[in-house]
Amino acid sequence: MSIDWIELIIVVVKALIVAFGLLIGFAYLTWFERRLVGRFQMRIGPNRVGPAGLLQPVADALKMFFKEDFVPGQADKPLFIMAPGIAMSAVLISFAVVPVGPSIRLFGREITLYLADVNVGMLVVIAVLSLGVYGIILGGWASNNKYSLLGGLRGAAQVISYELPYGLSLVGVFMLAGSLSLKDIVEAQARVPFIVLQPLAAIVFFFAAVAEANRSPFDLVEAENELVAGYHTEYSSIKFALYFMAEYISMIVASALMVTLFLGGWQGPFLPGIVWFFIKLVFMLFVFVWIRATWPRIRYDRLMAWSWKLLVPLSVANILVTAGALVLRDMGVF
Amino acid sequence: MVPADFLPILVLIIVAVGMSAIAIALSALLGPHKSTPTKLMPYESGMVPVGDARLRFSIRFFVVAILFILFDVEAIFFYPWAVYFRRLGLFALIQIVVFVGILFVGYFYAWRKGALEWE
Amino acid sequence: MFELILFVVFAVVALAAAIGVVAQRNVLYSALLLVLNFICLAALYVLMNAQFVAVAQIIVYAGAVMVLFLFTVMLLPGKRIEVAGRRLPGQTPLAILLALALGAVLLLLLGGSLVALGRPAHPAITVGNVQALAEVLFTRYIWAFEATGVLLLVAVAGVVHLLRSGPRPGAPR
Repeated sequence: MSIDWIELIIVVVKALIVAFGLLIGFAYLTWFERRLVGRFQMRIGPNRVGPAGLLQPVADALKMFFKEDFVPGQADKPLFIMAPGIAMSAVLISFAVVPVGPSIRLFGREITLYLADVNVGMLVVIAVLSLGVYGIILGGWASNNKYSLLGGLRGAAQVISYELPYGLSLVGVFMLAGSLSLKDIVEAQARVPFIVLQPLAAIVFFFAAVAEANRSPFDLVEAENELVAGYHTEYSSIKFALYFMAEYISMIVASALMVTLFLGGWQGPFLPGIVWFFIKLVFMLFVFVWIRATWPRIRYDRLMAWSWKLLVPLSVANILVTAGALVLRDMGVF
Repeated sequence: MVPADFLPILVLIIVAVGMSAIAIALSALLGPHKSTPTKLMPYESGMVPVGDARLRFSIRFFVVAILFILFDVEAIFFYPWAVYFRRLGLFALIQIVVFVGILFVGYFYAWRKGALEWE
Repeated sequence: MFELILFVVFAVVALAAAIGVVAQRNVLYSALLLVLNFICLAALYVLMNAQFVAVAQIIVYAGAVMVLFLFTVMLLPGKRIEVAGRRLPGQTPLAILLALALGAVLLLLLGGSLVALGRPAHPAITVGNVQALAEVLFTRYIWAFEATGVLLLVAVAGVVHLLRSGPRPGAPR
């Protein structure tokens, strides 16, 4: 392969936009969440730093950088330092295949509004997210703290348990689209978004995604009333912030995937594709925050039972029903 | 054959790992470093830590991990099947019903024997 | 050319990680180096355009099997995570013998593929996608596929047995 330098520069610029876009998205998601939860609880929320509190995330970031960054005495130092980096990198990378819009023309060049469109598309996301579990499990083990270890193990068990319905619920979508590529899946929703054809899959996937992101009501790993802060009890400064960012960015990734897989992605009337994508994305993020403000945390044994005894059989049933319906339709029954 | 469409993912991997590494390095440089023996102790809600932190835990975690591997392998087979489904039609439906049937024997066996319970 | 550079980088890291797995005294680090090795193997699969195999490698091996390994390693009480220097009697000569045998098998296989290098590649290699894999898996190898289901069923039964013969429920946490 001879290197097309201009193409390579475009790719690097796009990768930087994705990474920094997600960081800025994270910063303003914390603001968005705190303001919203404030309203839900009849409070005002942060409104002092900058207009409407808009500079609050900047202040928080600066504070984090100047906090003491220490490694506990008995900790496994290399792993303790690496673990938050793994958690953060995994969620950033998982955004690589999400298309935010169709291609646009810029300076006489066709520029696609996604970083990569690969044949195995969604499986790349699942693969990368399945590596994110190491951030949790290693952080918990390396800290040499009982709360951390137990939080890490519980977190790992939770994440792997919800990975099954996460993947299985999407099989129906793949069948309808006939492809694993997220771009093909969006284009297959030109007439009807898949949430209409695959409502059960959408619900199962959403709950699995909430649990994968360790968000309330499935935020058992950081159940403060029993495990202090779970696997990141001993973390401080930016290393703590990286875990925090990983959680919020995986919320953004989960919302983007919901939009792409079930809500028709960038497609919509009148407005340009990228605008539609962001409208839908903000709506999904609102749902995430809404759930957090409304539902109490679930108990751990019920959490595991939910995945193994409810979501897994439901998603397998969804596959069989979808397959049956498609066969009947292809045979011309309806 | 060149996997050119994977190149952007490689670039993003480099960017993401680089960014995390820089963030960790920066905070090590910027923050204060005043460690005291008390601060280095494991946090146990203000009590003096008792025993080794790497304690033994339940066999349940293993059972979950092993069951996860098994069902994960099952799920891996569903993906190519889903993509190819429309071309095989009824034959594909029969294939998967048999496959799911076999697996659900195991699933319900595990359920009945209490492997899915968490106590 | 560019492809060659990528291949060399990933191959070298994969080999270094593999050597680290056996040379490392800390079992946990060994397991993590094995994860690194799996990731590099996945990258090599991508270079061979076996994209589905690459993601399956990560999802199943790096994301599932190695998590079980980590759980197992973590069950060892704190001090036991370092491998003791003990060896079985006759371990060294046996290891050398087995290594030589494995090397011979690999050389034979490599020799076979070197002969095949000049021939045109199999059509599936130029398509290299999920559809091509599905086509052979669900037509020609359909019995193997269903047999895998039975194999998984046997494994589930094994897990349940392990659970029932292990400590009674209600043991610590």
